[in-house]
Amino acid sequence: MYYIKEKSRSKAQIPFKILAYTVCIILTVLCIFPFVVMIINSTRSTPQIQQHAISLIPSKYFMDNLEILTSKTFDPLVGFGNSLIISIFSTACTIYFSTMTAFAIVAYDWKLKNAFFTLIMCVLMIPTQVTCIGFYQFIYKIGMTNSYLPLILPAIAAPSTVFFMRQYMVPTLPMEILQSARIDGAGEFRIFNQIVLPMMKPAMATQAIFAFVTSWNSYFLPSILITRSEKYTLPMMVSLLKGDIYKTEYGSIYLGLFLTVLPLLVMYFILSKYIIAGVALGGVKG
Amino acid sequence: MAKPYKTISYAKYGYLFSIPFIVAFLIFSLYPTIYTIVLGFTDCRGLGNTEWKILDDPFLNFKEVLDNPSFINSLKNTGLIWLLNFFPQLALALILTAWFTSHSVKLKGVGFFKVIFYMPNIITASTVAILFLTLFGYPKGPINDLLIDVGILDEVYEFTNNKIAAKLIVAFIQFWQWYGNTMIVLIAGVLGISPDIYEAAQIDGANGIQTFFRITLPNLKTILLYTLITSLVGGLNMFDIPKLFLDGKPDGATETVSLFIYNQAFSGRYMYNRAAAASMFLFAIIGICTAILFYIMRDKDEIAEKRERRLQEKARRLSGKEI
Repeated sequence: MYYIKEKSRSKAQIPFKILAYTVCIILTVLCIFPFVVMIINSTRSTPQIQQHAISLIPSKYFMDNLEILTSKTFDPLVGFGNSLIISIFSTACTIYFSTMTAFAIVAYDWKLKNAFFTLIMCVLMIPTQVTCIGFYQFIYKIGMTNSYLPLILPAIAAPSTVFFMRQYMVPTLPMEILQSARIDGAGEFRIFNQIVLPMMKPAMATQAIFAFVTSWNSYFLPSILITRSEKYTLPMMVSLLKGDIYKTEYGSIYLGLFLTVLPLLVMYFILSKYIIAGVALGGVKG
Repeated sequence: MAKPYKTISYAKYGYLFSIPFIVAFLIFSLYPTIYTIVLGFTDCRGLGNTEWKILDDPFLNFKEVLDNPSFINSLKNTGLIWLLNFFPQLALALILTAWFTSHSVKLKGVGFFKVIFYMPNIITASTVAILFLTLFGYPKGPINDLLIDVGILDEVYEFTNNKIAAKLIVAFIQFWQWYGNTMIVLIAGVLGISPDIYEAAQIDGANGIQTFFRITLPNLKTILLYTLITSLVGGLNMFDIPKLFLDGKPDGATETVSLFIYNQAFSGRYMYNRAAAASMFLFAIIGICTAILFYIMRDKDEIAEKRERRLQEKARRLSGKEI
């Protein structure tokens, strides 16, 4: 009886499965179509693209496109280097100091602790765009426009990362270990650096990926604060592709876009498992 | 005697370890916020000007912003684009979540689809904006070529010059970038629901659709609230895509509030005071929306809880034994 029910059920599932897979395949095509067009067109010459902008066959003009691309103001390597500097330092700031702040909340009992945690939750809601005018005026006044410090140092106070670290630390950090380290004569700062940090590695790795990607992709603040072209970040470099200088050089535009996406795509397909687990965790915890 | 001494002696490390966060917060977040509020009441304008005094009519900037048709227009655009992107996004994410977590039908390749659907979210928004601009190129562009090949269009169409089409494309880009993220968050939420409940539903003979509406959705309430708030705050701040896709064109159809603020302050106008006043309106809107959402969701939860408690008590009384 049960067997028959199962069998008839799996038969009834077939139309559903066809529908589900069809939708998923359409969505897959939708997700990768823009990238496929971009990659293939980066190997085609401008006349080829103008004749027909969609092709599934790569052509042989990759090097020519590269030559045209780099002969003008667009310099992906400079943008890449600048973005890398900002992203690495701001990620380091976010991870180290967020773990430290979470440690202060989890490991110690202090009077203003709960008030402080509430403050962190409120700061989560303040978006950059809202405070940018005051931020710009402040940075301009102290003469720090075109410096990377105003883009890196705010990363020390990253409320969402602190929140995540706290959630992770509460069940993983046994207070007994702290006690025994204290008995052995370790100072609190040393306990943090040598015992707590290593225990937090998995959480730090996940958060590091997101902090890095956020910093790497950020366009708003850099576009306000950076004006000198040799200091442009990669997203700012990309915006040059829109300008008049590449107006008709379609192959080069596609190539420029491709070059800026390439590091992210490579990183994503290597780390996708961790990234997706991290997104899932952030949603559940946040 | 030893215990209170101990807690007092370690409490100072709590303060010590939170100093970096607090200092960075005060300098880079609180101070600029207050500065922005103050600037809204001043005459601060002109490139590189940092001198200012409070206006005789302190609310002049706020009035001017409210009287500015392009500010009102940008508010409408932001709301419309968010709505156009969020509801389809949530609907698709919910459908995919129901499919991928279904207990009665196991689909293959869920891991692969997750990786693919999330991918657009990780790509730099500015690159995505320019990529779509190129895809929708006129008179020659991949989308136009494709639509003519398939036979939907007879001749090339300038999508980027049509107000409705431009808005729809911006909403679509947002949708395209974010539905994978929403889906993964929702799937995680569903996996967090106790499997016992699903087992009980299966024994009771509930079908997939009943299970989804009666068990999955009610249990996802908190996560849906989280998704709604993060998407709303993100949507109200939308900048990268509208800025780099069409820069507010055609005719202000894709100008969002953030873009309005940016244009007031930085693209040739340098009216920091007015931009600051507009920021405060945006801030207030975000605050109000978040508060309303919290209120609605919390209220419903409490009501449901109370009702459940009452029902349980009733059942206990009727059956005459402890449950």
